[in-house]
Amino acid sequence: MVDEMIRIENVTYEYSSIGEDSQLMAIKDVNISIDKGEYLVILGHNGSGKSTLAKLMNGLLLPTRGNVYVNNMNTKDEDKIWNIRETAGMVFQNPDNQIVATIVEEDVAFGPENQGVPPLEIRERVDEALRIVEMEEYKKHAPHLLSGGQKQRVAIAGILAMKPECIILDEPTAMLDPTGRIEIINTIRKLNKEEKKTIIHITHFMDEAVEADRILVMEQGEIVMEGSPREIFSQVEKVKNLGLDVPQVTELAYELRREGFNVPVDILTIEELVKAL
Amino acid sequence: MLKDITIGQYFPGDTFVHKLDPRIKIIIIIMFITSLFFIKTFPPYLLILAFILFSIWLSKVPFKYVLKGLKPLMIIIGITFVINVLLTKGEVLFEIGPLTITKEGLSQAVFMALRLIFLITGTSLLTLTTSPISLTDGIEKLLSPFKRVGLPAHELAMMMTIALRFIPTLLEETDKIMKAQMARGADFESGNIINRAKNLVPLLVPLFINAFRRADELAIAMEARCYRGGEHRTRLNELKLKKQDIFAIILMSIFFGFIIINRYTGFI
Repeated sequence: MVDEMIRIENVTYEYSSIGEDSQLMAIKDVNISIDKGEYLVILGHNGSGKSTLAKLMNGLLLPTRGNVYVNNMNTKDEDKIWNIRETAGMVFQNPDNQIVATIVEEDVAFGPENQGVPPLEIRERVDEALRIVEMEEYKKHAPHLLSGGQKQRVAIAGILAMKPECIILDEPTAMLDPTGRIEIINTIRKLNKEEKKTIIHITHFMDEAVEADRILVMEQGEIVMEGSPREIFSQVEKVKNLGLDVPQVTELAYELRREGFNVPVDILTIEELVKAL
Repeated sequence: MLKDITIGQYFPGDTFVHKLDPRIKIIIIIMFITSLFFIKTFPPYLLILAFILFSIWLSKVPFKYVLKGLKPLMIIIGITFVINVLLTKGEVLFEIGPLTITKEGLSQAVFMALRLIFLITGTSLLTLTTSPISLTDGIEKLLSPFKRVGLPAHELAMMMTIALRFIPTLLEETDKIMKAQMARGADFESGNIINRAKNLVPLLVPLFINAFRRADELAIAMEARCYRGGEHRTRLNELKLKKQDIFAIILMSIFFGFIIINRYTGFI
């Protein structure tokens, strides 16, 4: 049996705005179970509740109703909150706003320093983390001189140095240029395949979801679709009705089929389409 | 253009002075400043001058660089000089209209101006040879004994680090907002001082709003990385006193002691 990394049980989350009685329900009675080593992508457009869901997963927000368990620790348990955050590291959207120090290696060391790791081990962890994200040569650089993709990789290294089992990435590519996006996607894949980290990748770019083990699609605080990338993207019309796009290749295959060509429904990559044609 | 900005006036190097422990450097500078105020006659200034020249030589910071630090303070030095010349009573040298210039005034003015010049070059030598990060580290460590009486030493140092970290980011942002407003017809360059200040409002408002948003996001990101204040925190680069630090502080203590003793016995 595969171990469970995160379990979300009947979770509802409400934002209450000051001065108003009405409450905004960001998450509505959601159940999710995420296995160790899984690569999960959560899709949804702005306001679908996907970022709120991410923050619920490491105790930055606590559910209004229901429970969230990380490695069987309830996020409501105040004594465990730092253990939970060590287990489920989180990378945010804007790389500029999550870098604390003025030198790359000092920033990567920030997490382990907070954990109280002895200096020699911090050094090892920092070097290791920078090696994984391929930023060793920028060790002594000032973060503001790096490109967006490089900054985001430093931010990922900062999380890696804390040795989490699970990494939650909340739209890590939203503010990057195409080159930066490719850098980050490659890094994420590497983390999952080589470092065996559980990955929860939140995004609204469809083509980033193709590599996932499983996709969840969110809409207005609820999970409306769930399945493997093939299962999700073969339902082109349903995905489009949710206001999302499917990867370009899948869309092309879909249009071809409508025109009467004999093309399978579950095409995800260019190679597959070339083969089918 | 804003990308080339250097934080502080740190002059990178690998010399004896650069490698000294920041705590020791801060203590040395405090002793140096104190000794300046213990000097009441001209001759000990020669010692001070020798000390400064020796430190500059050791640190390999170009002499021009050190003098550059004096430029913005030239006005203050000038004003001090003039006030001292005019307002000190004593043996009159010459009179220009209502102004009298005395022998004592002249020597007092030169004395004060020299004191200021030494003060500034000494302290700028500290910031020239110490990176802002190790400077904040040093301040944190030096202030940590006062934690017991409620001084938030770690928090102060963390605030300084974050401020340093965000100076270039905010400068870049200012540049961006300025260009965006200029593209829509904002004018930052003409008009009198009041108008110019008024024109800055459309620049400052978005800048502040963004800064608050950044602060909020940074706080969440820090919490996600287990930040919970200075307790139980370790450091990647712990400060450790080395032989050369001990050597430097002993040398400085002798120098300091000599100046103090000289003040009361007056053998030079």
